[in-house]
Amino acid sequence: MTNTWQDIKNANVILVMGGNAAEAHPCGFKWVIEAKLHNAAKLVVVDPRFTRTASVADYYVPIRPGTDIAFLSGVIRYLLEKDAIQHDYVRNYTNAALIVKEGFGFDEGLFSGWDAGKNDYDRSSWDYELGDDGFAKVDPTLQHPRCVLSLLKRHVARYTAETVSRICGTPQDKFLQVCDLVASTAVPNKMLTSLFALGWTQHSVGSQNIRTMAMVQLLLGNIGLSGGGMNALRGHSNIQGLTDLGLLSNAMPGYLTLPNDRETDFTAYMKTRQYKPLRPNQVSYWQNYRKFFVSLQKAVFGKAATADNDWAYDWLPKLDVPNYDILRAFEMMNNGQMNGYVCQGFNPLQSFPNKGKIRSALGKLKYLVVMDPLETETAYFWQNQGAKNPSDPAKIQTEVFMLPTTCFAEEDGSLTNSARWVQWHWKAADPPGEAQSDVRIMTGLFRRMQAMYRKDGGAFPDPILNLSWDYLDGNDPQPEELAKEINGKALVDIKDDAGTVTLRAGQQLDAFAQLRDDGTTTSGCWIYTGVWTEKGNIMGRRDATDPRDQGLAPNWAFAWPANRRILYNRASADLEGRPWNPDKPVIAWNGSKWTGIDVPDFVPTTKPDSGVSPFIMLAEGTARLFARDQMREGPFPEHYEPLESPVTNLLHPRVKSNPCARVFPDDRAQFGSADKFPYVGTTYRLTEHFHFWTKHARINAILQPEEFVEVGEALAKEKGIGQGDWVKVTSNRGAVVCKAYVTKRLKPLAVDGKSQHVIGLPIHWGFTGAARKGYGANTLTPFVGDANTETPEFKAFLVNIEKTAGPSEPVA
Amino acid sequence: MADLQSLDIRRRSASVADPPSVRQEPPVAKLIDVTRCIGCKACQAACMEWNDLRPEIGYFEGSYDNPQDLGPSAWTLMRFTEWEDEAGNLEWLIRKDGCMHCADPGCLKACPAPGAIVQYANGIVDFVSEHCIGCGYCVKGCPFDIPRVSPVDHKAYKCSLCSDRVSVGLEPACVKACPTGAILFGSKDDMTGWAGERVAELKTRGFDKAGLYDPDGVGGTHVMYVLHHADRPSLYAGLPDKPHISPLVQAWKGLFKPIALAGLAFTAVAGFVHWVVAGPNQVTPEDEAKGAAMLAGQDTKGDDRKGDPS
Amino acid sequence: MSAHQTPAMVSRYTTAQRINHWITALLLILLALSGMSMFDPGLFFLSSLFGGGEATRAIHPWFGVVLLVSFAILFVPFVRHNLWTRDDTAWIGKIRDVLGNHEERLAEVGRYNAGQKLVFWAMTWLILVLFATGIVIWDQYFFRFTSIEVKRIAVLVHSVAAVAIIAVWITHVYAAIWVRGTMHGMLRGTVTAGWTFRHHRKWLRTLARGQK
Repeated sequence: MTNTWQDIKNANVILVMGGNAAEAHPCGFKWVIEAKLHNAAKLVVVDPRFTRTASVADYYVPIRPGTDIAFLSGVIRYLLEKDAIQHDYVRNYTNAALIVKEGFGFDEGLFSGWDAGKNDYDRSSWDYELGDDGFAKVDPTLQHPRCVLSLLKRHVARYTAETVSRICGTPQDKFLQVCDLVASTAVPNKMLTSLFALGWTQHSVGSQNIRTMAMVQLLLGNIGLSGGGMNALRGHSNIQGLTDLGLLSNAMPGYLTLPNDRETDFTAYMKTRQYKPLRPNQVSYWQNYRKFFVSLQKAVFGKAATADNDWAYDWLPKLDVPNYDILRAFEMMNNGQMNGYVCQGFNPLQSFPNKGKIRSALGKLKYLVVMDPLETETAYFWQNQGAKNPSDPAKIQTEVFMLPTTCFAEEDGSLTNSARWVQWHWKAADPPGEAQSDVRIMTGLFRRMQAMYRKDGGAFPDPILNLSWDYLDGNDPQPEELAKEINGKALVDIKDDAGTVTLRAGQQLDAFAQLRDDGTTTSGCWIYTGVWTEKGNIMGRRDATDPRDQGLAPNWAFAWPANRRILYNRASADLEGRPWNPDKPVIAWNGSKWTGIDVPDFVPTTKPDSGVSPFIMLAEGTARLFARDQMREGPFPEHYEPLESPVTNLLHPRVKSNPCARVFPDDRAQFGSADKFPYVGTTYRLTEHFHFWTKHARINAILQPEEFVEVGEALAKEKGIGQGDWVKVTSNRGAVVCKAYVTKRLKPLAVDGKSQHVIGLPIHWGFTGAARKGYGANTLTPFVGDANTETPEFKAFLVNIEKTAGPSEPVA
Repeated sequence: MADLQSLDIRRRSASVADPPSVRQEPPVAKLIDVTRCIGCKACQAACMEWNDLRPEIGYFEGSYDNPQDLGPSAWTLMRFTEWEDEAGNLEWLIRKDGCMHCADPGCLKACPAPGAIVQYANGIVDFVSEHCIGCGYCVKGCPFDIPRVSPVDHKAYKCSLCSDRVSVGLEPACVKACPTGAILFGSKDDMTGWAGERVAELKTRGFDKAGLYDPDGVGGTHVMYVLHHADRPSLYAGLPDKPHISPLVQAWKGLFKPIALAGLAFTAVAGFVHWVVAGPNQVTPEDEAKGAAMLAGQDTKGDDRKGDPS
Repeated sequence: MSAHQTPAMVSRYTTAQRINHWITALLLILLALSGMSMFDPGLFFLSSLFGGGEATRAIHPWFGVVLLVSFAILFVPFVRHNLWTRDDTAWIGKIRDVLGNHEERLAEVGRYNAGQKLVFWAMTWLILVLFATGIVIWDQYFFRFTSIEVKRIAVLVHSVAAVAIIAVWITHVYAAIWVRGTMHGMLRGTVTAGWTFRHHRKWLRTLARGQK
């Protein structure tokens, strides 16, 4: 989230698209209700299904799964056509005025630079035209034919209301209704907030879905202000923390990135990361990358990281592929290239697409270690559960170790919520049985491995032998110690220019601005600096005081970065430093410095007329309507059909789907076609359950006991399916047999003149736990990843449905 | 269950009890704002948690209603209704069902067991299970189809409005758990006032028939709904449009009782009076003689009856 | 005829019939007491006789089931004697004489007079109604078979029928007290010839003919 949960109450229009906030985030949804009650906000829901969110919405608009970019591009076209954009904001705070290189183009579904041989783009043409000064050229009049805004206009010109309706199946009048509402927030004092979640991410164009909406928000001038923003509602209490701490195969803490195997030395690595400003006077904050990196290396390797060994750069793994994401991992496992798997807090057999493939892959492992508080399906993948898990234990050689872990309530620690609030929590109960914390288990594994390397040597022991392990009890690091380590400290007395000691050796740091690239500071995750300072545990603060009652609560826990509650908050004020919306100011220039209810987004004494633009992480300082080379499938979002889609791509039939999507050949062979699987399947969560955990809890199992699919009345009638009948839903990858919920909430969509049915597949049932046993919707889903994040395409694929006889015995 | 220490009783089933009147307890109410309910069932979970209820893990039966119905271990239940208006616009009406805590409770009226159902001075209607005899009359008395008799212990159960929590100054568990503030608790006056604001706001959003459900037929309720379609409560999974205690129950527990007892008393008294006035009907020695004779075959004509005053 | 002479006796009820009658009678009383305890709060104290309210609620319908059986056993041999005739209607027409103990003004009566027949048929029909409605409100086993509205009707009808049957029972008992010598018939099985002569002369004639 750029903003906070509480800040939703300041919105005038709330667009829930690509998510189902009431269903998946009922607690946070209270702020939507607040906005409706106290800010007369209009709630708009765009979703294939009439959801629980829609049940309290002012406007519900249907859409075919996987066509959000077409819809939102249509919105952009509408905004540009009606001139419903916030001009000053767009001109000064986005890259609308920057001029793009000659040579950039888009034709028949492909951007310039497509390499059919590599199945990838050469993205060099996706950039600005630079002047002799090295800065990007700009046309403040926005008239240049190659300025970003002109290109954008041209790009979205195809997305007329009629085209949008033909692609999305959304009735034109309803689409235009949404456009109107969105456009109403183009004025400075009206805000639209975008609430989204997996409904946008779990697509082959997931990242671009979100980008398109971000572009809408930029055109409306709604980023950085109270009541606006792009608000990703995270699906797990700490999934924000997961990405912050870099728990992805190509990431390091604080959004630093792992080197690839062409970056053979530290200099080469730093070259592509310390972005030089692309416009005069810009901050381009990643210029500090080296400080963050060196401080991280000092935290990881301690004294062993020195200037002489390039801060132990060589000990970092170097990626030979862009990413060892989960899809690649299981592809490799299935191909016998990965033989051991430590599965920590994850349930791939239920969570990852194409359950059959996951089951097959797990069966090829030599060993599987499952660390989880619950008995997951993954841990029992070898068990024969009939059609629900057709394994033959006799043929599976995988050795499975189950290590019971504590759950969050059984240990101290921190959780980072969607609003980037790092909040400390305290242990509430002792763990049952032999359960131990993940930290303790990992420590045990590490200490033993380290001892073996020390004793027996082995290939490349350095990173393991030199890992810093500076804890009071080396066998049992405490959460508080880890938190302090993540925050960082000074290693020596640090003096200012006058020679005064500003930081004592050993002193906890207050902010990442104190980090240095000379090895005198440490920080396990630079954006978390400030969580545990000399004042103590900042994450444990519970002061709900809220200046101006605007939902920021600055003294509650800690929000990264720098306890900033609204990102890009410089953009909340105009060029002179006056809040765009005087009713809900965030920060303002008082003549000598920035003041307000939030921590300003840069040095508080930066004058408004200094030319420093608000988006300090970007080299140009302005937000990107044109993404340059940062997105794999193009600098502008484009509508691509899901990999499994019932229709052709209306805009460019020859390039139907995202050309850069992650698809392995054997998975492509498993795609189904619309003649056999004519309906669009989409998976989702129900409010009664959290993924595959709460089916283990009796109360949740009572509240939603048994697997079912949702079928519209029209399709049910066509197929002779009655309410609660047993049905068999099939994709080219498997079949699910469960009961049907015949509902008015799924209506056929008129897609390019033809009626298209959508079938809804809640995901929550498996073969362990208290609820009744089920197949799991991932039996059906395709093994496809988003081009940028490799997030699986769970939201749009092809299925068929038939009425069937139920099981001979009641479901256990 | 009932906390008899801190809640004064206004009415008690099958008894004539003088309510204590020293303590002033304002009537309370739970306001369920259906228009801001998202059907998350947190209220159901909280109810189960607080009251230690665990109904069976059921099956999917063609709706989001789970469990399928209220039960002895399911005191509250979200009922989901998919409804299309005349123009074909879909609404998903989600109503939290449970005891309405009527000011004039049909269950209490029907209950034959002294003290098994009580109404506190604050309006909460509570089942005191140790006094319940399991007859199920409350089920018949209730206009809202709420109480359920357990097949296990044969006691009737329903929402207690968390009288145990309310008696120590806490809100009911469902209120505490509701994430969107769709369930509120306070004095009935406050709740009615707030409902008025909600209704006014709803009217600005085009719900011209929005209103408060606090039906007169049962003397008002201590659980009230804000409805978008207050003109048609039955849209909401059969919420009664005009609830009242059934005239059958009224007749049974009202007029008929005194009539019946009077009738029986009259019958008995009539017999006594007859005895006093007419006296017993005795067999005379002549009867015996004639009878014996007749039995012996010496048939006497029956015409000697007249003039036999005995 | 001297006073000490034993009167001639007529057999009216067999031992089995008498036992069954008293079982039925007892059940009716138990049903009335337990039923009344659940009917009116003022009579709830009666439930103590059965071990409290819960036990009363549980046992009451079982009394009813047993009563139905015992009454059926009673019904079968008696029904043919209780068929309504024109004489019965005439008898009812002279009810004032009946109540005034002026039997001599009435026509001769067979085994049962119209009043007794009315009791018989009232009992029969009321028991059937009570049993049927009782099943409907016997929630422990039959809750799911009927709607609440049907149960409401049933409980009202059950109450009305119960009050009626109690009234009939009072009448029945009073008649047995009022008409001296009657009780002996149900206690010992026999009535005197005089009693029979006085109250059921037509039956006595039949008996007399039968003895020839």
